[in-house]
Amino acid sequence: MKQPNSTPTTDLMLRETASQTAGPYVHIGLALSIAGLPPRQEEIWNRMATPEADGQPIEVVGSVIDGNGDLVRDTFIEAWQADAHGEYQCDFDLEKPFNSFGRSATTVESGGEWSLITVKPGIINAANGKPMAPHINLAVFARGINMQLNTRMYFEDEAEANAACPILNAVESESRRRTLIARREESEDGKVRYRFDIRLRGEGETVFFDF
Amino acid sequence: MPLNKGKRFVERDRSWHPVAYTPGYKTAVARSPSQPLVSLQSPSISEVSGPDFQHLRMGSHDNDLLLNYREGKGQDGLPVGERIIMFGRVTDQFGKPVPHTLVEMWQANAGGRYRHKKDQYLAPLDPNFGGVGRCLTDEDGWYRFRTIKPGPYPWPNGINTWRPSHIHVSVMGPSVSTRLITQMYFEGDPLIPICPIVRTLNDPEAVQTMVGRLDMAHSRPMDCLAYRFDIVTRGELQTYFENV
Repeated sequence: MKQPNSTPTTDLMLRETASQTAGPYVHIGLALSIAGLPPRQEEIWNRMATPEADGQPIEVVGSVIDGNGDLVRDTFIEAWQADAHGEYQCDFDLEKPFNSFGRSATTVESGGEWSLITVKPGIINAANGKPMAPHINLAVFARGINMQLNTRMYFEDEAEANAACPILNAVESESRRRTLIARREESEDGKVRYRFDIRLRGEGETVFFDF
Repeated sequence: MPLNKGKRFVERDRSWHPVAYTPGYKTAVARSPSQPLVSLQSPSISEVSGPDFQHLRMGSHDNDLLLNYREGKGQDGLPVGERIIMFGRVTDQFGKPVPHTLVEMWQANAGGRYRHKKDQYLAPLDPNFGGVGRCLTDEDGWYRFRTIKPGPYPWPNGINTWRPSHIHVSVMGPSVSTRLITQMYFEGDPLIPICPIVRTLNDPEAVQTMVGRLDMAHSRPMDCLAYRFDIVTRGELQTYFENV
Protein backbone atom coordinates (compact mmCIF):
# COMPACT_ATOMS: atom_id res chain seq x y z
CA MET A 1 0.00 0.00 0.00
CA LYS A 2 1.15 3.53 -0.76
CA GLN A 3 1.71 6.31 1.74
CA PRO A 4 -1.41 7.84 3.23
CA ASN A 5 -2.48 10.69 1.01
CA SER A 6 -5.83 11.68 2.41
CA THR A 7 -6.19 14.84 4.44
CA PRO A 8 -5.06 14.53 8.07
CA THR A 9 -7.57 13.39 10.66
CA THR A 10 -8.67 15.63 13.43
CA ASP A 11 -9.90 13.86 16.50
CA LEU A 12 -12.95 16.12 16.51
CA MET A 13 -14.43 14.27 13.60
CA LEU A 14 -14.73 10.60 12.68
CA ARG A 15 -13.70 9.47 9.22
CA GLU A 16 -16.45 8.31 6.90
CA THR A 17 -16.52 4.55 6.32
CA ALA A 18 -14.67 3.98 3.06
CA SER A 19 -16.56 3.04 -0.08
CA GLN A 20 -16.10 -0.17 -2.05
CA THR A 21 -17.53 -1.32 -5.36
CA ALA A 22 -20.98 -2.90 -5.25
CA GLY A 23 -19.43 -5.78 -7.24
CA PRO A 24 -20.93 -8.15 -9.81
CA TYR A 25 -23.57 -9.63 -7.50
CA VAL A 26 -25.14 -6.42 -6.17
CA HIS A 27 -28.51 -7.78 -7.34
CA ILE A 28 -28.57 -10.43 -4.60
CA GLY A 29 -28.86 -7.67 -2.07
CA LEU A 30 -30.53 -4.79 -3.85
CA ALA A 31 -32.30 -6.16 -6.94
CA LEU A 32 -33.42 -9.66 -5.97
CA SER A 33 -35.47 -10.47 -9.06
CA ILE A 34 -32.44 -9.85 -11.29
CA ALA A 35 -30.35 -12.30 -9.25
CA GLY A 36 -33.14 -14.88 -9.49
CA LEU A 37 -34.03 -14.69 -5.78
CA PRO A 38 -37.63 -14.85 -4.52
CA PRO A 39 -39.03 -11.41 -3.64
CA ARG A 40 -39.61 -10.44 -0.03
CA GLN A 41 -42.78 -8.89 1.35
CA GLU A 42 -41.93 -5.57 -0.31
CA GLU A 43 -39.08 -4.65 -2.64
CA ILE A 44 -37.75 -1.25 -3.65
CA TRP A 45 -37.79 -1.25 -7.44
CA ASN A 46 -38.34 0.76 -10.60
CA ARG A 47 -42.06 1.55 -10.44
CA MET A 48 -41.89 4.97 -8.79
CA ALA A 49 -45.36 6.04 -9.95
CA THR A 50 -48.64 4.17 -10.33
CA PRO A 51 -51.23 5.32 -12.91
CA GLU A 52 -52.96 7.23 -10.08
CA ALA A 53 -49.96 9.50 -9.48
CA ASP A 54 -50.31 13.20 -10.36
CA GLY A 55 -48.36 14.42 -13.36
CA GLN A 56 -47.28 13.20 -16.76
CA PRO A 57 -46.46 9.48 -16.76
CA ILE A 58 -43.13 8.77 -18.37
CA GLU A 59 -40.73 5.92 -18.81
CA VAL A 60 -37.03 6.55 -18.53
CA VAL A 61 -34.68 4.09 -20.20
CA GLY A 62 -31.01 3.96 -20.90
CA SER A 63 -27.84 1.99 -21.31
CA VAL A 64 -24.55 2.34 -19.52
CA ILE A 65 -21.48 2.28 -21.75
CA ASP A 66 -17.88 1.78 -20.68
CA GLY A 67 -14.70 3.37 -21.99
CA ASN A 68 -14.44 0.82 -24.80
CA GLY A 69 -17.95 1.56 -26.04
CA ASP A 70 -19.28 -1.71 -24.66
CA LEU A 71 -22.53 -2.07 -22.72
CA VAL A 72 -22.21 -2.43 -18.97
CA ARG A 73 -24.68 -5.20 -18.21
CA ASP A 74 -24.30 -5.32 -14.45
CA THR A 75 -25.10 -1.74 -13.45
CA PHE A 76 -27.31 -0.95 -10.48
CA ILE A 77 -28.97 2.47 -10.52
CA GLU A 78 -30.77 4.53 -7.91
CA ALA A 79 -33.04 7.43 -8.78
CA TRP A 80 -34.18 10.35 -6.64
CA GLN A 81 -36.61 12.90 -7.99
CA ALA A 82 -39.34 15.34 -7.01
CA ASP A 83 -42.99 14.61 -7.73
CA ALA A 84 -44.95 16.46 -10.42
CA HIS A 85 -45.42 19.40 -8.02
CA GLY A 86 -41.72 19.78 -7.32
CA GLU A 87 -41.89 18.18 -3.86
CA TYR A 88 -39.70 15.34 -2.64
CA GLN A 89 -41.82 12.49 -1.30
CA CYS A 90 -39.33 11.28 1.30
CA ASP A 91 -41.65 8.90 3.11
CA PHE A 92 -41.15 5.76 1.03
CA ASP A 93 -44.39 3.80 1.00
CA LEU A 94 -45.43 1.41 -1.75
CA GLU A 95 -49.09 2.10 -0.98
CA LYS A 96 -48.66 5.68 -2.15
CA PRO A 97 -49.08 6.48 -5.86
CA PHE A 98 -45.66 8.11 -6.09
CA ASN A 99 -42.28 7.59 -4.43
CA SER A 100 -39.32 9.86 -5.03
CA PHE A 101 -36.92 6.93 -4.75
CA GLY A 102 -36.50 4.06 -7.18
CA ARG A 103 -33.99 1.45 -8.27
CA SER A 104 -33.20 -0.26 -11.55
CA ALA A 105 -30.48 -2.36 -13.13
CA THR A 106 -29.07 -3.30 -16.48
CA THR A 107 -28.82 -6.99 -17.27
CA VAL A 108 -27.92 -9.21 -20.17
CA GLU A 109 -31.61 -10.17 -20.47
CA SER A 110 -32.80 -6.55 -20.65
CA GLY A 111 -30.51 -5.89 -23.61
CA GLY A 112 -28.33 -3.90 -21.24
CA GLU A 113 -31.02 -1.31 -20.48
CA TRP A 114 -32.31 0.06 -17.20
CA SER A 115 -35.73 1.64 -16.91
CA LEU A 116 -37.87 3.61 -14.50
CA ILE A 117 -41.63 4.04 -14.56
CA THR A 118 -42.31 7.45 -13.13
CA VAL A 119 -43.77 10.90 -13.72
CA LYS A 120 -42.00 13.96 -15.00
CA PRO A 121 -40.65 15.86 -11.99
CA GLY A 122 -41.70 19.44 -11.24
CA ILE A 123 -39.44 22.40 -10.69
CA ILE A 124 -37.49 22.82 -7.46
CA ASN A 125 -35.42 25.75 -6.33
CA ALA A 126 -31.67 25.61 -5.88
CA ALA A 127 -30.08 26.65 -2.57
CA ASN A 128 -29.95 30.28 -3.79
CA GLY A 129 -33.69 30.30 -4.54
CA LYS A 130 -33.29 30.14 -8.32
CA PRO A 131 -35.33 27.45 -10.06
CA MET A 132 -33.54 24.34 -11.30
CA ALA A 133 -34.81 22.68 -14.46
CA PRO A 134 -36.75 19.42 -13.91
CA HIS A 135 -34.27 16.63 -13.31
CA ILE A 136 -33.78 13.19 -11.85
CA ASN A 137 -30.74 12.49 -9.67
CA LEU A 138 -29.13 9.19 -10.57
CA ALA A 139 -26.47 7.22 -8.72
CA VAL A 140 -24.61 4.59 -10.73
CA PHE A 141 -23.12 1.56 -8.98
CA ALA A 142 -21.39 -1.43 -10.60
CA ARG A 143 -18.46 -3.77 -10.56
CA GLY A 144 -15.43 -1.64 -11.39
CA ILE A 145 -16.98 1.52 -9.91
CA ASN A 146 -15.26 2.08 -6.58
CA MET A 147 -17.69 4.72 -5.39
CA GLN A 148 -21.05 5.49 -6.93
CA LEU A 149 -21.11 8.06 -9.71
CA ASN A 150 -23.70 10.77 -9.19
CA THR A 151 -25.30 12.39 -12.20
CA ARG A 152 -28.48 14.22 -13.16
CA MET A 153 -30.83 13.55 -16.01
CA TYR A 154 -32.50 16.58 -17.61
CA PHE A 155 -35.20 16.65 -20.30
CA GLU A 156 -34.66 17.62 -23.93
CA ASP A 157 -38.08 19.31 -24.14
CA GLU A 158 -37.26 21.73 -21.28
CA ALA A 159 -34.73 23.76 -23.26
CA GLU A 160 -35.60 27.09 -21.69
CA ALA A 161 -35.49 25.82 -18.10
CA ASN A 162 -32.30 23.89 -18.86
CA ALA A 163 -30.59 27.01 -20.20
CA ALA A 164 -31.35 28.82 -16.92
CA CYS A 165 -30.60 25.95 -14.53
CA PRO A 166 -27.88 26.96 -12.05
CA ILE A 167 -26.68 23.37 -11.68
CA LEU A 168 -26.42 22.70 -15.41
CA ASN A 169 -24.59 26.00 -15.71
CA ALA A 170 -22.12 24.87 -13.08
CA VAL A 171 -20.81 22.59 -15.85
CA GLU A 172 -18.36 24.85 -17.62
CA SER A 173 -18.18 22.98 -20.89
CA GLU A 174 -21.24 23.38 -23.08
CA SER A 175 -20.59 20.14 -24.92
CA ARG A 176 -20.38 18.29 -21.62
CA ARG A 177 -23.67 19.83 -20.45
CA ARG A 178 -25.34 18.03 -23.32
CA THR A 179 -24.40 14.67 -21.81
CA LEU A 180 -27.00 15.36 -19.10
CA ILE A 181 -29.97 15.83 -21.45
CA ALA A 182 -32.27 12.86 -22.10
CA ARG A 183 -33.83 12.44 -25.56
CA ARG A 184 -37.61 12.36 -25.87
CA GLU A 185 -39.16 9.46 -27.75
CA GLU A 186 -42.87 8.97 -28.32
CA SER A 187 -44.17 5.50 -29.00
CA GLU A 188 -47.03 4.71 -31.37
CA ASP A 189 -49.50 4.42 -28.50
CA GLY A 190 -48.63 7.95 -27.35
CA LYS A 191 -46.49 6.94 -24.36
CA VAL A 192 -43.63 9.28 -23.61
CA ARG A 193 -40.21 7.86 -23.04
CA TYR A 194 -36.90 9.54 -22.33
CA ARG A 195 -33.65 7.88 -23.25
CA PHE A 196 -30.61 8.64 -21.13
CA ASP A 197 -27.44 6.75 -21.94
CA ILE A 198 -24.62 7.04 -19.44
CA ARG A 199 -21.08 6.97 -20.77
CA LEU A 200 -18.65 6.19 -17.99
CA ARG A 201 -15.43 7.12 -19.75
CA GLY A 202 -14.07 8.57 -22.96
CA GLU A 203 -15.95 10.13 -25.84
CA GLY A 204 -19.18 11.77 -24.76
CA GLU A 205 -18.38 10.99 -21.11
CA THR A 206 -21.34 11.82 -18.88
CA VAL A 207 -20.86 14.58 -16.32
CA PHE A 208 -20.64 13.23 -12.78
CA PHE A 209 -21.03 15.44 -9.73
CA ASP A 210 -19.49 15.80 -6.31
CA PHE A 211 -21.79 17.28 -3.66
CA MET B 1 -38.59 13.09 7.68
CA PRO B 2 -35.29 13.35 5.72
CA LEU B 3 -36.16 16.46 3.73
CA ASN B 4 -33.18 18.03 5.52
CA LYS B 5 -33.93 21.47 4.26
CA GLY B 6 -31.16 23.78 5.37
CA LYS B 7 -28.77 20.92 6.06
CA ARG B 8 -25.37 20.37 4.59
CA PHE B 9 -23.00 17.45 4.82
CA VAL B 10 -19.27 17.47 5.48
CA GLU B 11 -17.36 17.28 2.21
CA ARG B 12 -16.36 13.79 1.12
CA ASP B 13 -12.63 13.23 1.24
CA ARG B 14 -12.21 11.60 -2.12
CA SER B 15 -8.61 10.60 -1.47
CA TRP B 16 -9.72 8.72 1.64
CA HIS B 17 -12.26 6.84 -0.45
CA PRO B 18 -10.94 4.88 -3.41
CA VAL B 19 -10.47 7.06 -6.48
CA ALA B 20 -12.21 5.93 -9.67
CA TYR B 21 -9.19 4.87 -11.76
CA THR B 22 -7.44 2.01 -9.97
CA PRO B 23 -5.73 -0.20 -12.57
CA GLY B 24 -4.88 -2.95 -10.06
CA TYR B 25 -8.61 -3.61 -10.10
CA LYS B 26 -8.93 -4.19 -13.82
CA THR B 27 -12.63 -3.57 -14.32
CA ALA B 28 -12.17 -0.03 -12.99
CA VAL B 29 -10.03 0.95 -15.98
CA ALA B 30 -12.85 1.14 -18.53
CA ARG B 31 -15.47 2.13 -15.94
CA SER B 32 -13.84 5.20 -14.40
CA PRO B 33 -14.49 8.72 -15.65
CA SER B 34 -11.50 10.48 -17.19
CA GLN B 35 -12.96 13.94 -16.56
CA PRO B 36 -13.00 15.50 -13.10
CA LEU B 37 -16.21 15.48 -11.09
CA VAL B 38 -18.16 18.73 -11.21
CA SER B 39 -18.48 20.05 -7.65
CA LEU B 40 -21.77 21.59 -6.62
CA GLN B 41 -20.72 24.46 -4.38
CA SER B 42 -24.20 24.82 -2.89
CA PRO B 43 -25.99 21.50 -2.86
CA SER B 44 -29.75 21.82 -3.27
CA ILE B 45 -32.64 19.99 -1.70
CA SER B 46 -32.09 17.39 -4.48
CA GLU B 47 -28.83 16.40 -2.80
CA VAL B 48 -29.53 16.95 0.90
CA SER B 49 -32.84 15.06 0.98
CA GLY B 50 -33.35 11.32 0.74
CA PRO B 51 -35.80 8.49 1.27
CA ASP B 52 -37.08 7.38 4.67
CA PHE B 53 -37.93 3.67 4.77
CA GLN B 54 -39.87 3.45 8.03
CA HIS B 55 -42.99 2.47 6.05
CA LEU B 56 -41.29 -0.22 4.00
CA ARG B 57 -42.96 -3.43 5.09
CA MET B 58 -40.35 -6.00 5.99
CA GLY B 59 -40.60 -9.65 6.85
CA SER B 60 -39.79 -10.79 10.38
CA HIS B 61 -36.67 -12.65 9.19
CA ASP B 62 -35.37 -10.07 6.75
CA ASN B 63 -32.29 -9.58 8.96
CA ASP B 64 -31.83 -13.26 9.82
CA LEU B 65 -30.02 -15.12 7.06
CA LEU B 66 -30.08 -18.37 9.04
CA LEU B 67 -33.84 -18.49 8.58
CA ASN B 68 -34.85 -16.24 5.70
CA TYR B 69 -34.06 -18.48 2.75
CA ARG B 70 -35.42 -21.79 3.91
CA GLU B 71 -38.63 -19.93 4.63
CA GLY B 72 -38.89 -18.87 1.04
CA LYS B 73 -38.37 -22.45 -0.11
CA GLY B 74 -40.49 -24.21 2.48
CA GLN B 75 -37.46 -26.17 3.68
CA ASP B 76 -36.54 -26.76 7.26
CA GLY B 77 -32.74 -27.05 7.39
CA LEU B 78 -30.14 -24.59 8.63
CA PRO B 79 -27.29 -23.31 6.45
CA VAL B 80 -23.81 -24.82 6.80
CA GLY B 81 -21.01 -22.64 8.15
CA GLU B 82 -19.86 -20.40 10.99
CA ARG B 83 -22.89 -18.92 12.72
CA ILE B 84 -22.30 -15.25 13.46
CA ILE B 85 -24.09 -12.10 14.54
CA MET B 86 -23.00 -9.04 12.59
CA PHE B 87 -23.98 -5.84 14.32
CA GLY B 88 -22.95 -2.27 14.86
CA ARG B 89 -23.98 1.30 15.04
CA VAL B 90 -24.46 3.84 12.30
CA THR B 91 -23.32 7.31 13.35
CA ASP B 92 -22.35 10.41 11.44
CA GLN B 93 -18.89 11.95 11.49
CA PHE B 94 -19.77 13.94 14.60
CA GLY B 95 -20.73 10.75 16.43
CA LYS B 96 -24.45 11.43 16.21
CA PRO B 97 -26.49 8.22 15.83
CA VAL B 98 -28.30 7.74 12.52
CA PRO B 99 -31.66 6.26 13.59
CA HIS B 100 -34.22 4.45 11.40
CA THR B 101 -31.95 4.22 8.38
CA LEU B 102 -31.98 1.33 5.93
CA VAL B 103 -29.01 -1.07 6.17
CA GLU B 104 -28.89 -3.80 3.52
CA MET B 105 -26.33 -6.57 3.08
CA TRP B 106 -25.56 -9.46 0.76
CA GLN B 107 -22.89 -12.12 0.69
CA ALA B 108 -21.64 -15.48 -0.56
CA ASN B 109 -22.23 -18.67 1.40
CA ALA B 110 -19.67 -20.47 3.60
CA GLY B 111 -17.89 -21.80 0.49
CA GLY B 112 -17.68 -18.46 -1.30
CA ARG B 113 -20.52 -19.17 -3.72
CA TYR B 114 -23.18 -16.55 -4.45
CA ARG B 115 -26.80 -17.41 -5.11
CA HIS B 116 -26.77 -15.45 -8.36
CA LYS B 117 -27.34 -16.95 -11.75
CA LYS B 118 -24.10 -15.37 -12.98
CA ASP B 119 -21.88 -17.04 -10.36
CA GLN B 120 -20.35 -20.21 -11.85
CA TYR B 121 -17.76 -20.97 -9.15
CA LEU B 122 -17.49 -24.72 -8.56
CA ALA B 123 -18.13 -24.48 -4.81
CA PRO B 124 -21.73 -25.59 -4.27
CA LEU B 125 -24.76 -23.57 -3.31
CA ASP B 126 -26.25 -24.16 0.12
CA PRO B 127 -29.91 -25.14 -0.19
CA ASN B 128 -30.68 -23.30 3.04
CA PHE B 129 -28.84 -20.07 2.36
CA GLY B 130 -29.87 -17.12 0.21
CA GLY B 131 -27.40 -14.45 1.31
CA VAL B 132 -29.48 -11.29 1.57
CA GLY B 133 -30.54 -9.24 4.58
CA ARG B 134 -31.95 -5.84 5.47
CA CYS B 135 -33.08 -3.92 8.52
CA LEU B 136 -33.59 -0.42 9.86
CA THR B 137 -31.33 0.98 12.55
CA ASP B 138 -33.09 1.50 15.85
CA GLU B 139 -33.64 4.74 17.76
CA ASP B 140 -29.95 4.84 18.72
CA GLY B 141 -28.49 3.87 15.35
CA TRP B 142 -27.93 0.15 16.05
CA TYR B 143 -28.49 -2.59 13.47
CA ARG B 144 -27.99 -6.36 13.59
CA PHE B 145 -28.00 -9.39 11.32
CA ARG B 146 -27.59 -13.09 11.97
CA THR B 147 -25.79 -15.01 9.26
CA ILE B 148 -23.05 -17.45 8.22
CA LYS B 149 -19.51 -16.17 7.82
CA PRO B 150 -18.91 -16.03 4.05
CA GLY B 151 -15.99 -17.83 2.45
CA PRO B 152 -13.31 -16.29 0.22
CA TYR B 153 -13.59 -16.89 -3.51
CA PRO B 154 -11.48 -16.60 -6.66
CA TRP B 155 -12.23 -14.05 -9.36
CA PRO B 156 -10.75 -13.27 -12.75
CA ASN B 157 -8.51 -10.26 -12.13
CA GLY B 158 -4.96 -11.51 -11.81
CA ILE B 159 -4.21 -15.17 -12.53
CA ASN B 160 -4.69 -16.12 -8.89
CA THR B 161 -6.76 -13.41 -7.25
CA TRP B 162 -9.05 -14.13 -4.29
CA ARG B 163 -11.48 -11.93 -2.44
CA PRO B 164 -11.16 -11.95 1.33
CA SER B 165 -14.29 -13.06 3.17
CA HIS B 166 -16.61 -10.07 3.02
CA ILE B 167 -20.18 -8.94 3.41
CA HIS B 168 -21.43 -6.18 1.12
CA VAL B 169 -23.08 -3.44 3.16
CA SER B 170 -25.36 -0.69 1.87
CA VAL B 171 -26.51 2.21 4.02
CA MET B 172 -28.72 5.13 3.04
CA GLY B 173 -28.20 7.59 5.89
CA PRO B 174 -30.21 10.80 6.07
CA SER B 175 -29.91 11.77 2.39
CA VAL B 176 -28.70 10.73 -1.04
CA SER B 177 -25.50 12.61 -0.13
CA THR B 178 -24.72 10.12 2.62
CA ARG B 179 -25.55 7.06 0.47
CA LEU B 180 -22.76 4.53 0.86
CA ILE B 181 -22.00 1.02 -0.31
CA THR B 182 -19.01 -0.69 1.24
CA GLN B 183 -17.79 -4.14 2.26
CA MET B 184 -17.17 -5.52 5.71
CA TYR B 185 -14.02 -7.63 6.01
CA PHE B 186 -13.16 -9.88 8.94
CA GLU B 187 -10.47 -9.00 11.45
CA GLY B 188 -7.23 -10.91 10.90
CA ASP B 189 -7.98 -12.22 7.40
CA PRO B 190 -4.60 -12.48 5.61
CA LEU B 191 -6.29 -12.00 2.22
CA ILE B 192 -7.26 -8.40 3.11
CA PRO B 193 -3.89 -6.73 2.37
CA ILE B 194 -3.40 -8.52 -0.96
CA CYS B 195 -6.87 -7.91 -2.39
CA PRO B 196 -6.89 -5.56 -5.43
CA ILE B 197 -10.32 -4.20 -4.42
CA VAL B 198 -9.17 -3.42 -0.87
CA ARG B 199 -6.07 -1.88 -2.43
CA THR B 200 -8.16 0.62 -4.36
CA LEU B 201 -7.78 2.51 -1.06
CA ASN B 202 -4.52 4.37 -0.56
CA ASP B 203 -4.68 4.81 3.18
CA PRO B 204 -4.29 1.81 5.53
CA GLU B 205 -6.35 3.69 8.11
CA ALA B 206 -9.22 3.87 5.65
CA VAL B 207 -9.02 0.09 5.22
CA GLN B 208 -9.48 -0.25 8.97
CA THR B 209 -12.91 1.43 8.70
CA MET B 210 -14.07 -1.64 6.75
CA VAL B 211 -12.90 -4.33 9.16
CA GLY B 212 -15.45 -6.03 11.42
CA ARG B 213 -14.04 -6.92 14.86
CA LEU B 214 -14.58 -10.14 16.73
CA ASP B 215 -16.75 -9.24 19.73
CA MET B 216 -16.80 -12.02 22.32
CA ALA B 217 -18.98 -9.99 24.66
CA HIS B 218 -21.84 -10.02 22.19
CA SER B 219 -21.43 -13.60 21.04
CA ARG B 220 -23.86 -16.29 22.25
CA PRO B 221 -22.22 -19.14 24.16
CA MET B 222 -22.70 -22.52 22.46
CA ASP B 223 -24.51 -20.77 19.60
CA CYS B 224 -22.76 -18.08 17.57
CA LEU B 225 -19.86 -15.61 17.49
CA ALA B 226 -20.33 -11.88 16.95
CA TYR B 227 -18.58 -9.33 14.74
CA ARG B 228 -19.04 -5.63 15.30
CA PHE B 229 -19.02 -3.30 12.34
CA ASP B 230 -19.73 0.38 13.00
CA ILE B 231 -20.55 2.56 10.03
CA VAL B 232 -19.80 6.28 9.80
CA THR B 233 -21.79 8.43 7.38
CA ARG B 234 -21.04 12.03 6.43
CA GLY B 235 -21.43 14.57 9.21
CA GLU B 236 -24.58 16.63 9.12
CA LEU B 237 -24.32 20.39 9.48
CA GLN B 238 -26.89 23.13 9.78
CA THR B 239 -26.54 25.98 7.32
CA TYR B 240 -25.98 29.37 8.83
CA PHE B 241 -25.85 32.77 7.21
CA GLU B 242 -26.81 31.72 3.66
CA ASN B 243 -28.41 34.07 1.13
CA VAL B 244 -27.56 37.28 2.95
